[in-house]
Amino acid sequence: MSGVMKRMGMIFRAKANKALDRAEDPRETLDYSYQKQLELLQKVRRGVADVATSRKRLELQLNQLQSQSGKLEDQGRKALALGREDLAREALSRRASLQQQVSDLEVQHQTLQGEEEKLTLAAQRLQAKVDAFRTKKETIKATYTAAQAQTRIAESFSGISEEMSDVGLAIQRAEDKTAQLQARAGAIDELLASGALDDRSGLGSKDDIQAELDRLSGGTDVELELQRMKAELAGGPSAQQQAIEGGAPGTAQQPQTQHRFDKQ
Amino acid sequence: MIVRIMGEGQVKVADSRLPELNKLDDELLAEMEGGDEAGFRRTLGALLDAVRRLGEPLPDEALEPSELILPGDDATLDEVRQMLRDDGLIPG
Repeated sequence: MSGVMKRMGMIFRAKANKALDRAEDPRETLDYSYQKQLELLQKVRRGVADVATSRKRLELQLNQLQSQSGKLEDQGRKALALGREDLAREALSRRASLQQQVSDLEVQHQTLQGEEEKLTLAAQRLQAKVDAFRTKKETIKATYTAAQAQTRIAESFSGISEEMSDVGLAIQRAEDKTAQLQARAGAIDELLASGALDDRSGLGSKDDIQAELDRLSGGTDVELELQRMKAELAGGPSAQQQAIEGGAPGTAQQPQTQHRFDKQ
Repeated sequence: MIVRIMGEGQVKVADSRLPELNKLDDELLAEMEGGDEAGFRRTLGALLDAVRRLGEPLPDEALEPSELILPGDDATLDEVRQMLRDDGLIPG
């Protein structure tokens, strides 16, 4: 064959060699994008692990608080049995405060559990996408290698070929996915910084008004608890009433007792 | 054999059909070299029609190297002549 078709084909191939020397290798770009995706996936997984760790820490704190609360209730009961209503009141008051912390922690725990589930799901979806990209990447690389071997890239370079735009689109898609992953990684950073993972030791620090409100509501609970315990001990409402009226705090012994509770 | 029609895409033509295309291709070359614009246009049209008729179009997303390349329908004799010169239409 020596006609127009053959000659044009030869000329394009000759041009292709020159164009290829200058063209960026899409295989390297794809490999790089894949590497970035893997790194970001790793970051998402670390985010999931962080959330899970925080959730476990909250569970431990909850257990401790609940056990402490139970201890204070026992102490209150003992104090009342010994006729030390002042001590019983103190113990129950502390218990009420602990209970408030427990319910706050439970809310945080629930929120964190929800976030953990969402993140786990997101990590699984990402994994699937990265796997799909790897397959696609290998296909594109193989195709590109074949195309390169036949030095036909000049057609693409001249703008008359659809193939190059396909390869270009594949790279564009890879970049888009990378950007998506970056956005997700950013979301995890936000989550970590959102306070959902805050150190719960800061729970006790409330403003004055809230503290007073808590104290008042705690006090009411304490009274009710005291009445209940007295009823248990004395076995009747009249004895319970008497105990409340006659139970003035012993001022001389109070600091000692206070000290003892502080050690709990 | 994969044949590209510039601006249209690619078709796959069975090797057994090539002699038929070759005949038209040789005519086209002769008309081009002789400066026969009218003949060139007529033969180019016939060649392109034959390629489309005998070939099976490849999907746009197919990544196949073109073994033969043809100018588009609207290419003039001068343009094709330019393409076949060393520098061609594509610089570099």
